[in-house]
Amino acid sequence: MATATTLGELLRSQGISRRAFLKFCSATASMMAIPAGMVPAMAEALEQAKRQSVIWMSFQECTGCTEALLRSHAPSIESLMFDFISLDYHHTLQAASGEAAERAREEAMHANAGDYLLLVDGSIPTIKACSTIAGISNLDMLLETASGASAILAIGTCAAYGGLPKAAPNPTQAMSVEELITDKPIVNIPGCPPLPLAITGVIAHYLTMGALPELDHLGRPLSFFGENIHDRCYRRPFYDRGLFAETFDDEGARKGWCLYKLGCKAPETYNACAHVKWNQGVSFPIQSGHGCIGCSEPNFWDKGGIYDSVPMGQFGTGPKIGVAATVGVAVGAGAAVLARGKKHKSEAELHSDD
Amino acid sequence: MTLLDFARGPAIHWSLIILITGTIWRLLGVLVLTRGADLSRPRDAFGNFKGYRTVFSRAWPSGEFTTATRYQTAMAYVFHIATLVVVIGIVPHIEFITSLTGASWPGLPNAAGVAVGIIALASLLALIIRRVSKPAIYCSTWGDYFAWIVIAMPLVTGLMAFAHLGPRYETMLAIHILSVALLFAWFPFGKLMHAFWFVFSRAQSGVAYAHKGVRI
Repeated sequence: MATATTLGELLRSQGISRRAFLKFCSATASMMAIPAGMVPAMAEALEQAKRQSVIWMSFQECTGCTEALLRSHAPSIESLMFDFISLDYHHTLQAASGEAAERAREEAMHANAGDYLLLVDGSIPTIKACSTIAGISNLDMLLETASGASAILAIGTCAAYGGLPKAAPNPTQAMSVEELITDKPIVNIPGCPPLPLAITGVIAHYLTMGALPELDHLGRPLSFFGENIHDRCYRRPFYDRGLFAETFDDEGARKGWCLYKLGCKAPETYNACAHVKWNQGVSFPIQSGHGCIGCSEPNFWDKGGIYDSVPMGQFGTGPKIGVAATVGVAVGAGAAVLARGKKHKSEAELHSDD
Repeated sequence: MTLLDFARGPAIHWSLIILITGTIWRLLGVLVLTRGADLSRPRDAFGNFKGYRTVFSRAWPSGEFTTATRYQTAMAYVFHIATLVVVIGIVPHIEFITSLTGASWPGLPNAAGVAVGIIALASLLALIIRRVSKPAIYCSTWGDYFAWIVIAMPLVTGLMAFAHLGPRYETMLAIHILSVALLFAWFPFGKLMHAFWFVFSRAQSGVAYAHKGVRI
């Protein structure tokens, strides 16, 4: 963790030029839909920003969210800014363990009561015994830590919506942060894992503006999750022209045509993958030849097959068409027999009238 | 469960079950109720053949009516052909049919799909305008108007989803699929059933008239 008192000092100590810093501010402002005129003010505020106490809780998770943020192939301003925050508890990254680690969390909670940011990755099992840290259940630890937080960032789809652990049959009765905490401002930053820029962008917004960014109806920052991937995808022209890869090794796949028929969920997935991309803007799943799996949407794991395309019906395990046809034959035959009986009866009545 | 999950899951599934059950029910219920044998000697020895021929010959109005029915005949043809092209021609529909049957074929480019969809909707509007403006000719019932709405809804919502107009794409897609579910569920019980009946009613008329020696 850094020892510099302001972000400006930290960046200078790491050899980051002012030009590179301003470029970062411009890019972040642009992503967060902050007016260009605000960039100098944002740079000023960020430069003077004091270290923000952050407690990072990891529950039912795979550490992929932490990996995404920290395993960039080269140190970026985003990761340096992450170094800058006072990360007082993160059980994957911290050197302390056991009681010392838990003491660090308690000290941070008391020292910054009502002022620290709580970052959560992983879903929370409501069957308490399923996951514990230092003998404390995930649920109890979340409730206790959230009580003194100024805001909560739910990092990754597991924390935001329950994610993989919540997938049917949900053996741990996993829940998301927003299902359990209702009295704190919560920002969901979903993704499996989420874009690192989305995490640092929200933190940067909070440090500069002192407030959380505007959110969509699923609690995600609109600046990163405001548009669906399909609308921003570089393969969209092939969709419009009706040119699709039919398999992963056909001519269409080699020519980079649209992956819609191979189950790409981009039309119903809201995220910034297509323009922010991954690994310093190198690529994103669709660019590497695989369709989007919709990982930033709630319950993506239970929304049918990964390779089933968006308009495909999901017929589940209910009664099938064959059963329907059989019922139709039975009802139709019944109706016909009734009608014939009625007809014969009315004919007989007519004849008797004669 | 989101609206889209509901639409492309239970809603469309149950509507298809109602469609299949209802269609077989109504077809069997009526077709088993045959008329008794006509004991008079047929005046035309080729009665049955002429009956089947009527299925096709009635696809176009008789010469006497050409002028009077030109407008609705042309519009009805445009509507039916354009709708068929949209239903089986655009990629999302093919994907849906593939998920149901396993069959697949090449789709149209989006621009062509949108163009044909607009043509279908325009012709449907042209038909309802005529129906509304000439009540004495059509003697419409609520069933006619309801059938029109049930058919127009998928076209309108489908075009809106395609063009990303109105609500978010996945919501619009869900509304589109729900409108199709309503169409499927209503299909066997309203006037849309003519898609099956027309074959039998024309053949029946053809056979009956041929039996009497009437030239049709």
